[in-house]
Amino acid sequence: MLQLFKFKGGVKPDTHKAPSLQQPIGRAPLPPRLIVPLHQSIGGIPNPLVEVGEYVLKGQCIGSADQWLSSAVHAPSSGTVVAVEERVAAHPSGLPTLSVVIETDGRDQWIERSPVDYQRLAPERVREILRDSGVVGLGGAVFPSHAKLAAAKSVAMDELVINGAECEPFMTCDDMLMRERAEEIVRGAGIFRDLLKPKRVLIGIEDNKPEAVAAMSAAVRELEADYAEFEVIAVPTRYPAGGAKQLIRVLTGKEVPASRRSPEMGVQCFNVATAYTAWRAIAHGEPVISRIVTLTGNVDAPRNWEALIGTPIRDFVALGTPQADTNSYLMGGPMMGFELPSLEAPLVKASNCIIAGSKTLFPPALPEMPCIRCGACAQVCPHELAPFEMYWFARARNFGKTQEYKIFDCIECGCCSYVCPSHIPLVQYFRFAKSEIWSREREKNKADAAKARFESRNEREERDKAEKAARLAKAAAAKKAAPVVSESTASAAPAAAAAVDSASEAQAAKQAAIAAAIERARVQREAVQPKNTDALTIAQRKEIEQIEARRAPLQGATSSTDTASQPSPKEEQ
Amino acid sequence: MNFSTPPYLAQNVSVQRVMLQVLAALLPGIAAYVWLLGPAVLVQLVVASACALAAEAAMLRLLGKPLALYLGDGSALVTAWLIALAFPPLAPWWLIVVGVLFAIVIAKHLYGGLGQNPFNPAMIAFAVAIVSFPALMSQWPPVDTNAGFVDQLALIFGLAPRIDAMSGATPLDALKTALKLGEGSVSVAKIVADTSTYGQLAGRGWEWVAAAYLLGGLWLWQRKVISAHAPFAFIGGIALFAGALWLWNPAQFANPLFHLFSGGTMLGAFFIVTDPVSGCTTPKGKLIFGFAAGVLAYLIRVFGGYPDGVAFAVLLLNICVPLIDLYTQPPIFGMKGKP
Ligand code: SF4
Ligand code: SF4
Repeated sequence: MLQLFKFKGGVKPDTHKAPSLQQPIGRAPLPPRLIVPLHQSIGGIPNPLVEVGEYVLKGQCIGSADQWLSSAVHAPSSGTVVAVEERVAAHPSGLPTLSVVIETDGRDQWIERSPVDYQRLAPERVREILRDSGVVGLGGAVFPSHAKLAAAKSVAMDELVINGAECEPFMTCDDMLMRERAEEIVRGAGIFRDLLKPKRVLIGIEDNKPEAVAAMSAAVRELEADYAEFEVIAVPTRYPAGGAKQLIRVLTGKEVPASRRSPEMGVQCFNVATAYTAWRAIAHGEPVISRIVTLTGNVDAPRNWEALIGTPIRDFVALGTPQADTNSYLMGGPMMGFELPSLEAPLVKASNCIIAGSKTLFPPALPEMPCIRCGACAQVCPHELAPFEMYWFARARNFGKTQEYKIFDCIECGCCSYVCPSHIPLVQYFRFAKSEIWSREREKNKADAAKARFESRNEREERDKAEKAARLAKAAAAKKAAPVVSESTASAAPAAAAAVDSASEAQAAKQAAIAAAIERARVQREAVQPKNTDALTIAQRKEIEQIEARRAPLQGATSSTDTASQPSPKEEQ
Repeated sequence: MNFSTPPYLAQNVSVQRVMLQVLAALLPGIAAYVWLLGPAVLVQLVVASACALAAEAAMLRLLGKPLALYLGDGSALVTAWLIALAFPPLAPWWLIVVGVLFAIVIAKHLYGGLGQNPFNPAMIAFAVAIVSFPALMSQWPPVDTNAGFVDQLALIFGLAPRIDAMSGATPLDALKTALKLGEGSVSVAKIVADTSTYGQLAGRGWEWVAAAYLLGGLWLWQRKVISAHAPFAFIGGIALFAGALWLWNPAQFANPLFHLFSGGTMLGAFFIVTDPVSGCTTPKGKLIFGFAAGVLAYLIRVFGGYPDGVAFAVLLLNICVPLIDLYTQPPIFGMKGKP
């Protein structure tokens, strides 16, 4: 038996998991309309590949990965694209995001799927397939999985951790998935194993899910031959044991700080649902178009559903028949989730759980009192921070100090707020401080860039002046050599006059020439910057057309005004 | 929308609950006190509580803070009770009032109110009183006088003359005075053999009060309202120094147990140095805070001019808290074993 480690802190809220575990995973009905946001993962926003009126098939790519750190998005069912527009997102802000709206035709017709034998493919190619199948972390973080599937160059990969801990109260989607589809999870983890080549694969499951532990162990045993280094481990139930860093700590003893990436420490972690989708993508050619979502809380029929991405949440919650006193809906768990701003928002890849809330389930927050420095928050912080110190400085807007107290190591798990006797919404203060720091950073970068631009322009002007002066000086020198000295030339270029007599005349001219050449080269380089015209998306094509259209009339205009109003260099001087 | 920020779950805790548990933990000590000296201390508790609540309400009003939210938090009551228990039980009522007013108005609210006070308010009250009214603060009734309740009330409310016969010194103070008078010719053992003042461990009867505080403190620890660091370091600090000097010269220095069960040791250990607001917050810091306060308390008590040293020791350490906290920040997750 593997020796387990402990992480400090943590809390034990009531789990409320039982109600949604009574039924097997159901298949949510096909909604009449699907709203598929393009940006469903960390990283670049995928580019829309479809236009209004286009007919799409189930599984057809409708948004291509924008760059390496990005992930494709697919049509969850067949139908017609009726809009590509901003729609309210499943995000605390409720801000709209570019989404593809599909009117489903009920035929649910698949695009041609192409399963691959990944073992015969180059690792690079497998990662590409995962990216283009939209495989992202389904634990809620939605980090593109392919980007996590490269081992560090200098560090051997010791452990691959598969996260089935599911520590958030109410949430049971991973539990049900492990009970019902254990073999495919193990096979999916096998893909990750083959790409990362770790010495051991550790599947961690909180010990309050004995059925899942049993199912996963059975699957590993059955597949024995190929999965000998796999081990299923029950870990003590304590929130946030399912945090990637906490689970890594418990299973391997390694502590990954915020400043390092886990592969640098020879370990990587994936959620069980992610492993499952990776297997479906590779072995069945099915991109990520659905996921298991727990629907629970203040509903008559709590249950786990396999629901299509893009299903409007209003349609989805109706499956559970919310009770009359339901006053809110959470997405995610009650510790780290958020209140949905609108039921019009669709389910996305990050939607692991929808909880109907009521006054009794989630009593209103009590009034905030001053911090009494009791230290309860520090005792439960799994990252061993001093939340009350960070709170103090965040409140005082002394953000530098919050960073000294390592605010960016805070994973916003909410343990501190959970135990605070003064009912201080600590996590809110930390988010506020972080976003302030980020926006200041951005401002600073912007200012730096502007400054750099300003300086380079100044330099250029200086150079131009110097060049001109040098030219004039040369001319003057030439004239000097000639018997007649032109007064007017000399007075027109007073700068040149100084240069003329100086011994460094030749030098200055040379330097100016060099600088000018460098500048020319730079401009040329910029001009030939490769424009990626191979994979133009609809939006890009449109944009270009629009720009061209705008440019045509303007070009004439500017060129005429240019000559008319721009003072000639002579006049300026 | 009744809530909007995660986490949406909260443990059933509040400042009020914390304070109520502290008050509850004081009850065994109070019971022992009443058993020992009669109900006078209850009168003092009532006086102190009423005064504290009135002062708290007035200050909250004055500072424009929500009265309903703060008045019920129990923090003023904790301060009031600690003052009532730390002051001599037959002290005139106005002395308690002065102490409470000083604690609530100046040490608490003028420093910013709940959670902001750098000094322990009850200890400020004690220090101010003992510096300003040293005679009154050193008059402790002998345990076997058994003055009736009426006599006690008369004393507290100034209706009877404070004749010296009614008031003695604490066992701790008595020992110190006796040793001083004896100029090395009397030994601790001889003084303590006088069974009218001393019992098994320390002052007769008082040792039971101390034991009751210890019991309440252990209960707080078991309930996780306080951590063990500060109290045990405090006790350790006193025991270590008392032990060392006792081993060196048992004739002139009382044994460590005597010191642990005398004066304000137990009350201080579990109810004063554990005050979260004015104490250290890091585990190491709490150890340093407790230990240093214990050592200082012992030194002041044995070599200083005051009957006990807990108040001054704690106040001195309160000053050092920011510095101790700063230098004892524990390494965070993933940063252990690195500078
Ligand atoms: S738990 Fe709340 S009151 Fe206690 S130290 Fe932390 S922030 Fe302050
Ligand atoms: S939210 Fe941040 S500070 Fe609070 S307990 Fe979690 S990691 Fe620690």
